[in-house]
Amino acid sequence: MYQHGAGRTGWVMQALVILLAVVYLIPVYLTIITSLKAPADINLMTAWVPPARPYWASYTTALAKFAPSLKNSVLLAVSATLLSAALGSVNGYVLCKWRFPGARFVLPLVVFGMFIPYQSILVPLFQFMRGIGLYGGLPGLVLVHVVYGLPITTLLFRSFYEEIPDELLGAAFIDGADFFRIYRWLILPLSGPPFLVVAIWQFTQIWNEFLFAVTLARPASQPITVALANLAGGQAVSWNLPMAGSVLAALPTVVVYVLLGRYFIRGLLAGALKG
Amino acid sequence: MALIVVLPSLILLAVFVYGFIAQTVYISLTDWGQGAALALKPDTRFVGAYNYREMFTGFLNVRFRQDLVNMVFFTVLFVAASLGLGLMLATILDQRIRGEAFFRTVFLFPMSLSFIVTGTIWRWLLQPRGGVNVLPSYVGLPPASFLWLSSRDQALRFNWQALPIFAVAVAAAAFITWAAWLAARRRLRAAALAGLPGVVLMAWSAAGGLARLEILPFEEPHGFNLALIGVVIAATWQMSGYTMALYLAGLRTIPDELREAARVDGASPLQVYRYVELPLLTPITWSAVIVLGHIALKIFDLVFAMAGPDNAPTSVPAILMFLTTFRGNELAKGASIAVVLLVMVSFLIIPYLVATFRGRRA
Repeated sequence: MYQHGAGRTGWVMQALVILLAVVYLIPVYLTIITSLKAPADINLMTAWVPPARPYWASYTTALAKFAPSLKNSVLLAVSATLLSAALGSVNGYVLCKWRFPGARFVLPLVVFGMFIPYQSILVPLFQFMRGIGLYGGLPGLVLVHVVYGLPITTLLFRSFYEEIPDELLGAAFIDGADFFRIYRWLILPLSGPPFLVVAIWQFTQIWNEFLFAVTLARPASQPITVALANLAGGQAVSWNLPMAGSVLAALPTVVVYVLLGRYFIRGLLAGALKG
Repeated sequence: MALIVVLPSLILLAVFVYGFIAQTVYISLTDWGQGAALALKPDTRFVGAYNYREMFTGFLNVRFRQDLVNMVFFTVLFVAASLGLGLMLATILDQRIRGEAFFRTVFLFPMSLSFIVTGTIWRWLLQPRGGVNVLPSYVGLPPASFLWLSSRDQALRFNWQALPIFAVAVAAAAFITWAAWLAARRRLRAAALAGLPGVVLMAWSAAGGLARLEILPFEEPHGFNLALIGVVIAATWQMSGYTMALYLAGLRTIPDELREAARVDGASPLQVYRYVELPLLTPITWSAVIVLGHIALKIFDLVFAMAGPDNAPTSVPAILMFLTTFRGNELAKGASIAVVLLVMVSFLIIPYLVATFRGRRA
């Protein structure tokens, strides 16, 4: 942190940051006031004016409408997150601490999977899921998210495990601990923080995912993103419902972010700053 | 032992990433059994590059070409805006702002939303006769009438016929610049090798090769669709916090001694910023360009939620691929769009991966 010009510049910066924060919060303000208006009160010319009395029925209606897809999202995000974190931990441990032939080329090949546009695998994936009978349901979506989550979870765990000194593992190895024992007694106890980072990051990503959900889920198993897009996509909608739906769809990840922002940001930075 | 544990994951990735990519490439070279689009084992005929030739030069595929143009403009604008805004936010927050943690939370929280939620919210804000457009009426002015997401106005129009000329000129210039860069570092053999394709391209165009390269028999104008501005704003709102977090982390790792040393040498705060801090942030800028760039190239859900999949002015190849494949049932054509998308993303990602992992080994 460098010294800024005392006094005046400091105030200018403070004013600027407040102004920017207000601009960033405008969409949130409009979402919340619109979600609390009765359908009859929604008028484009008074869109910026808060309702005289909050109309909570939008939320009960939206909750009733979205209940099945919220349940799907919870089931999908929680199970896929746990599975992909568990796999990522093992993979990260191996790719960080063990050498095997070709190991040097494995990591870049794995990481590339993180960046591919999912469109470029969508048609074969679609055929594959129908072929093995997992098309349309939640288990298929879980499988997809776990597999395509492997690159990022592996990379995140690996970057944490790099901080564990190799000498520690070497010493354990000499004492007769094998591959599994080292993982069980040395790596796993140190995996709490990375597990939290990976879990939060994956949960957010899976909860928010749309392309796989819209192509691979049947209506009965569609997660909240698809339900919201269907509701808000139609013309002539009364906007209180999509807005209440947006709040419901955003709530879990925003709560996670506000409560555990530190871990969220660490996951966000890990990939980019390492490079 | 170690290998056996990771093997299942590696096989899964090999199949789901590389196997499926190979299959997509293959599908894009077939006609995917006309009429039996959703069959599990369709009758396919190998047609070579036919689908690609149709995409770039076929009479019926104007939308694909405009979508490509949209994608390029969207990527450039969105990455530039996110970098600029993120750097500005980080610079301000780095100045001992009161309530810094709160402001950081405010600027970063849109990242935790889904593009569907962001799109729904901004769709409400950018309605032609509502939201942002009514703001002027609060200060007594007539409401604005800009069609944020459906405007059909274009800027920076060019003729698709002229594209090969542009492409050849850019490629030749790139090779020759690269050669000059290598020559300046006294790597003459590498310079000659890098310059050769540039010289060949120039000689070939001089010999009239370009004149014979006509990709369309008629003029076809394309340009930057102004309707995309709304999508750029929403995407920047969501992602600029990311660049802010990167830059802020970068600024915080610059040792104070560096700034101190510059100040002792008589640098003003502005000079410290310009000559000490900004240059140290360059690697972060590259990382951000890679991450934001690949997100922009494959943007799908934001456009889907904001403007709907059928809104031509804001369409991008990722959307067109979805419509072609799952609504038009033309799987081979969809696959070829997907391959074009993958190639664009690879141009960005592969050099980055090579540089990163080569650097790590050294």
